[in-house]
Amino acid sequence: MTYFPEEVVEHIFDFVGSHRDRNTVSTVCKAWYQVERLSRRTVFVGNCYAIGPERVMARFPGINSLSVKGKPHFADFNLVPYDWGGFALPWIVAAARLCPGLEELRLKRMVVTDDGLELLARSFPNFKSLVLISCEGFSTDGLAAIATYCRGLRELDLQENEVEDHGCQWLSFFPDSCTSLVSLNFGCLKGEVNGGALERLVARCPNLRSLKLSPAVSVESLNKILARASHLVDLGTGSFAVDHRTDVYHTLMNSFPKFKSLRNLSGFWDASPCCLRAVYPVCTSLTVLNLSYAPAIQGDDLIKIICLCFKLQKLWVLDSIGDKGLAVVASTCKELQELRVFPCDIYGAGTTSVTEEGLLAVSSGCPKLNSLLYFCYQMTNAALITVAKNCPHFTRFRLCILDPGKPDPVTNQPLDEGFGAIVRSCKNIRRLSLSGRLTDQVFLYIGMYAERLEMLSIAFAGDSDKGMIYVLNGCKNLRKLEIRDCPFGDIALLKNVAKYETMRSLWMSSCDVTLGGCKALAAKMPRLNVEIINENEETYEFEENLSDRHKLEKIYVYRTVAGPRNDAPDFVWTL
Amino acid sequence: MDGGVGYADMDALKATELRLGLPGSHPPEKPLPTTTTTARPTKRSLDEDRAARRETSEGGRATSARATKAQVVGWPPIRSYRKNSFQAMKATAEAAGLYVKVSMDGAPYLRKIDLEVYKGYRELREALEDMFKCFEGCKGSEYAITYEDKDGDLMLVGDVPWEMFTSSCKKLRIIRGAEAIRGLGSSQ
Repeated sequence: MTYFPEEVVEHIFDFVGSHRDRNTVSTVCKAWYQVERLSRRTVFVGNCYAIGPERVMARFPGINSLSVKGKPHFADFNLVPYDWGGFALPWIVAAARLCPGLEELRLKRMVVTDDGLELLARSFPNFKSLVLISCEGFSTDGLAAIATYCRGLRELDLQENEVEDHGCQWLSFFPDSCTSLVSLNFGCLKGEVNGGALERLVARCPNLRSLKLSPAVSVESLNKILARASHLVDLGTGSFAVDHRTDVYHTLMNSFPKFKSLRNLSGFWDASPCCLRAVYPVCTSLTVLNLSYAPAIQGDDLIKIICLCFKLQKLWVLDSIGDKGLAVVASTCKELQELRVFPCDIYGAGTTSVTEEGLLAVSSGCPKLNSLLYFCYQMTNAALITVAKNCPHFTRFRLCILDPGKPDPVTNQPLDEGFGAIVRSCKNIRRLSLSGRLTDQVFLYIGMYAERLEMLSIAFAGDSDKGMIYVLNGCKNLRKLEIRDCPFGDIALLKNVAKYETMRSLWMSSCDVTLGGCKALAAKMPRLNVEIINENEETYEFEENLSDRHKLEKIYVYRTVAGPRNDAPDFVWTL
Repeated sequence: MDGGVGYADMDALKATELRLGLPGSHPPEKPLPTTTTTARPTKRSLDEDRAARRETSEGGRATSARATKAQVVGWPPIRSYRKNSFQAMKATAEAAGLYVKVSMDGAPYLRKIDLEVYKGYRELREALEDMFKCFEGCKGSEYAITYEDKDGDLMLVGDVPWEMFTSSCKKLRIIRGAEAIRGLGSSQ
């Protein structure tokens, strides 16, 4: 290869797409490292504190697409304090200086400010796509800046962010000359929406294919939008609440048949059963359906719509669908790949209406099922064993039994055998979340069989340090391990310290690790940040006085080349 | 209903309050959820602030049903975003109370009623008649009940299903006299 000119090597690298492959390629020799770094266009940073932004951009000056993730996953469940970190601004500032050709930015679980958004909007003349997922810290003013300054913007995708509402005018800031939008998703906004501005924007963007409206968008507005956007592939419906006796409803009923390209439907925030009838004409071509924000739609009405969706590949639904509804999914949706069943009753007061029966039905009826998120009140080993036999292709398997530590109700046994069957049968499993009563045995199985496992989430499980040790010693490809409320302590933490440098991160909360254990870990592994999150305001002032035996409430350990971070708040100590 | 009123004061106030609810329709008092002391706020979202403010201004009635079951933090593992969406839905659906102002042309002051307490238009009409009886005078009962909806438009009460009305009604206005008669001509 040293005889090939660089241009040829670079051309060959064009065919090497995945980050991992490109990373590998760059380690072969210095020449390849150089060619690779200058030709790299996309960079993915899984942990914003693993490396500093300047270093990334100095190495890859030609990037046009950057993706960064911030807070640990358990931040989704309020386990990470509000001002822990994950700030986007340093990345935007560095990119503005070093990568002015940036076209796409994707941020997940980060703190983004209005100032950051304005800097972003003004700094990149070719900017095309902004995707923010589970972020916070900005308002509609920041969106107004994006609308104003990003000429040629193609995509603005806001998923599940906490956005402060400073008024509905941000949509009006898209200039009349903006006609390039392909994807606009503002479903997470809570405030009022300027219907007129929205309608005009949609009307002048002929390439718009994905539009996801917030709950504040009325059906009257939706009708006007649908009249101008018949090429939509992906629609989030907005409120979808309308009285079936009105003209507005009749217009809605007549709108959907003309959508020949519509494949994805979501939204339905306030939808009532009669409104749902409006979408029946498109059901037969749908591949993605998300009804998980529509609590007013009960089992029977869900069944009526699902009966029509025989091309469905992805279904997100509430547990009001019931086992009966899941049986209909099983008999209708033969192309189903991903199923998510969320609880209606968030606080799990025991009234959920899906059980192991529903999951069994889907596993036997849907041969292509490979991704599952299932909230239920109970599960049995027998059911899991059968599911494992029916569906050996699972890549993601997340089961949440709402009552922590609940055993198999039929045999009163822990669910070790059931989950063991899953990991034994599903050779390609990459992501696994466990629940129910579990002993160290399940971790022995996971360590032995889950060779491709990359992410494992554990709660209220295990008996001793052995459990965690089995996992750390076994799962070769483990990248993220997150544990809460398990009896794992310093022995487990320190058994295989080298392992943590092969992983992105480890989270442990409400376990038995002590300050002494963490100090030992930090001393042995200088290229890890061992962060202690101490929310107890009474003790964090007395850091020096805490004994090594003091049990730590929350720790977050991650590999980094950037050293301890300089933006940590008072309650985070990096050892 | 100002913020910051203590519980003891509220009891005394409630004893003398003129309420229009049907007998037994007063929702049970729920204790405010206890917060763990010295714990860091995990998410200072605007909604939580609003919910807290709503609790104090609505006279201490808890808007959440959380106090009824011991809660494990972060369990079940559902994204805050989804939980908040559902709480917003539940808050409007459950015993939070849908208090709206009621004004009547010519009356010196406004009243407030809880729409949740009524099952339909007839009960509402009867309650309003009762409430404003003292202001009717001898002019007779030519009036129209109107409401301001989410878009700020003045609408005649009674056109849409009850649930849709309660979810979109921001305030009520009783129009009396000639204006009312003109407006009602086509609908009655």
